[in-house]
Amino acid sequence: MNEVVVVDYGAGNTRSVRAALRRLGRESVVLSDPRAIEEAPLVILPGVGSARSAMAHLRATGADEALRARFAAGRFTLGICLGLQLALEFSEEDDGVEGLGLLSGRVERLREGRIPRLGWSVVEPWGAAYYFAHSYAAVSDDVVATADGVAAAIERDAFLGVQFHPEKSGPDGAAFLERCLARA
Amino acid sequence: MPRPRLIPCLDVAHGRVVKGVSFVGLRDVGDPVELATHYSNGGADELVFLDIAATPEEAATMTAVVARVAEVLSIPFTVGGGVRSVDDASRIIESGADRVSLNSAALADPSLITKIATRYGSQAVVVAIDAGEGVVHSHGGRVATQVATVPWAQRAAECGAGEILLTSIRQDGRRSGYDLELTRAVRDAIAIPVIASGGAGSAAHVAEALAVADAALVASIVHENPEGLAGLRDEIINLGVALRPIGVR
Repeated sequence: MNEVVVVDYGAGNTRSVRAALRRLGRESVVLSDPRAIEEAPLVILPGVGSARSAMAHLRATGADEALRARFAAGRFTLGICLGLQLALEFSEEDDGVEGLGLLSGRVERLREGRIPRLGWSVVEPWGAAYYFAHSYAAVSDDVVATADGVAAAIERDAFLGVQFHPEKSGPDGAAFLERCLARA
Repeated sequence: MPRPRLIPCLDVAHGRVVKGVSFVGLRDVGDPVELATHYSNGGADELVFLDIAATPEEAATMTAVVARVAEVLSIPFTVGGGVRSVDDASRIIESGADRVSLNSAALADPSLITKIATRYGSQAVVVAIDAGEGVVHSHGGRVATQVATVPWAQRAAECGAGEILLTSIRQDGRRSGYDLELTRAVRDAIAIPVIASGGAGSAAHVAEALAVADAALVASIVHENPEGLAGLRDEIINLGVALRPIGVR
């Protein structure tokens, strides 16, 4: 199966991610079936909605265990925005939500600047600017890139999470997604 | 802080991009997808589509436009005009828009802001304020309300708005510069970002606006020459504004 699996957690807009993949010549399916999530070569955990409802949906469908199993098996997962945040142990959002715990760390409300943090920021050390739209951010030992001092990417083993939206970040975002597709 | 944003605004009626003065003499200027692609290629940071002929009967037409735009556009876009309920917002966001913009409907019922923000997050809700003579105007700027501009911006932020799109009715369409005083007053009173709108006639005007706002909306200045956006962007950067770098990969 060469299709990219986009995890359905019952909220929001998976259309942008799927359109971005199509522009790169890749088809995708949106589903919550644990077996497909566990075994697909590339899974994207997209990023719209609230932490509490997303985690509740992942638990109800068994997708949470499937995501842990694929992580343990070393199969690549890309988390985008909320999808990054869900991979950590705990989020302050919605009065506190337990995450998947794939990576150690927590999600805290932004304290500086205008919130929500909206717009393009240069991600270091990668050098390109990507589009951010968030009010919470990761605090983790696994941060591998930052933007304006905020966690922009976390990575450990086969999980890469990005706080920005590559599907909304123009040609630079498309190039980023292409590298992820090549990696899976 | 993220980079200041340059946001072209496209007026849409019956599925086409139109241009006109105060809704009179609307002229068809092109296909939304085609123009959106031009602006995206020219370095727009985001786009706003305003459905200026929004009626309940036209909802399906706009939804189809949103879906077509979402298929090709790889930058964020906001859709406003005719968003009167959570269902309207859902229809637009689930068709692929990143954000909806509320105006008269939020004035009539501020809880609408909260309801949409709860479902999709604050970042998905823009509250558009048409301001003139210190008060908010509704219905496309035609009806002056009793609501003072700054307190309404504060109320919208408290209700969960993620950004204010602030249009100066006095400056709109005059191309003599943004209302900087108004923009500063509103932005100083709230902690969410503000898009300045109304009055852009030159790169210098945009640069001035970006010194007091998080983003600047541009309309007629770019519609006359959609291919000129990249040049406008360069001029703004040359004036010392740190717009985002493009094409670093």
